[in-house]
Amino acid sequence: MKSPFRPDVVPNAGILDDHKPLIRSLERRGLIRGGLSLGALVMLSGCDLDRPESVESALLAIGRFNDGVQALLFDPNKLAPTYPASMILRPPKFNAYYDVVDVKPVSDATWRLELSGLIAERRPWTLPQLQALPQTSMVIKHICVEGWSYIGGWTGVPLRAFLERIGADLRAKYVAFKTTDDYPSSIDMATALHPQTLLALKYGDDSLADPFGYPVRLRMATKLGYKNPKWITAIEVTNTYPGGYWEAKGFPWFAGI
Amino acid sequence: MKQVKAETSSKPAQSGRRLHPLPVRIMHWINAVVMLVMITSGWGIYDDDVIIRGFHFSQFWRLGDWAAWSLNWHFAGMWFLTVNGLIYLVYGFATGRLREKLLPIRPAEVVQTIIDTLHFKIAHDDITVYNAVQKLLYIVVIFAGVSQVVTGVAIWKPIQFSGLVSLLGGFQTARALHFAGMAVIVGFLIVHVALALLVPKTLGAMVTGGPRLDPRGRAREGHAI
Repeated sequence: MKSPFRPDVVPNAGILDDHKPLIRSLERRGLIRGGLSLGALVMLSGCDLDRPESVESALLAIGRFNDGVQALLFDPNKLAPTYPASMILRPPKFNAYYDVVDVKPVSDATWRLELSGLIAERRPWTLPQLQALPQTSMVIKHICVEGWSYIGGWTGVPLRAFLERIGADLRAKYVAFKTTDDYPSSIDMATALHPQTLLALKYGDDSLADPFGYPVRLRMATKLGYKNPKWITAIEVTNTYPGGYWEAKGFPWFAGI
Repeated sequence: MKQVKAETSSKPAQSGRRLHPLPVRIMHWINAVVMLVMITSGWGIYDDDVIIRGFHFSQFWRLGDWAAWSLNWHFAGMWFLTVNGLIYLVYGFATGRLREKLLPIRPAEVVQTIIDTLHFKIAHDDITVYNAVQKLLYIVVIFAGVSQVVTGVAIWKPIQFSGLVSLLGGFQTARALHFAGMAVIVGFLIVHVALALLVPKTLGAMVTGGPRLDPRGRAREGHAI
């Protein structure tokens, strides 16, 4: 019996012969491509399936719009709630893109804070020099993008005072940070100038412990946890978007709270 | 339960507004898609730091292959949810649709409908009139939607809207309320979809507009399909 799926009129079999090299090359190319994307799929744990490029760029475009909205919502004079020192969590919660055992402590003997970009006095700073500047303390909530939060007490140099001291262009768009743990980060100037944005040197009354950014880290009351780089080694003031570690992987840049 | 019988109208069947006017249908289906986006991307965000210990959503149910993209979906969907929801509420109040469809709710009717439902006597001859339980569920889910926007704003901007956060009982409480609101909406969704599939003409009505109504907002005879 003739299969119902077989066409009544069969195409000329010569077509196959005429295009044999083409067909063969297509198959081979397809195999290689298929093999490669399967490998990529395994490595990226399904990124390609979940997130086609068009969807990704649309989401990123809305993300940039959201950054703009967040900048508008940011009130430079609005202070985050503060808490009594008795509520400070000791030690603070460790969180990074690697495990706490992989923290590489920084030696304060060799440590310098390098400055670059739109800054008048770009000589590097030592830790004693930073410690000699007027210090401010704040007990604020740390809110992680994951959802957890804790209350921490931080002491250090207000970033605004530091930027003024070094003659930074305060009309520039961004302040960018480099760290010893390859965790570049950047923030908007408005947040950099907020009174609750510190170059933190102490947690509670003690100097920062190694896992929490000794000797200097950033602490802002108005941004999510991942915007606060630890073990800072360089600060740049710039008008060119500097991005950041998590931002390059898809997290929003502004991340204001 | 008493059934309100459709009245015969002398007007031609072609005139008169439909059960679900076009704007309602558009907003309904936008909301359906956006709600699914918000729920499933929310599950992806939730999974990074669970509220209920040991309770996870498997990757299959999460939108976004990891937290950053779940977050991006969520922060994109929020605009559509909020704007669509606001237009729906303004439309519903301005046209009187919300009051006409959802009020009044009499407690005795709620009890009677529950008893009837437990006896598998679900009256659905006339889909233009909601029973008391339906009305209650729709009001609950509208409030849950509004509540999700409010608690969502609170956990999105807990410092800029710190007053709202303390009103809600703190950041972690606001977060738990946002999770609870999701649970209410998902609960509604299960019942809503199950009933729509049991009475498919309600599903059709949300696509085509459904029967045309007489001036009292009831179905005309022969058009309760």
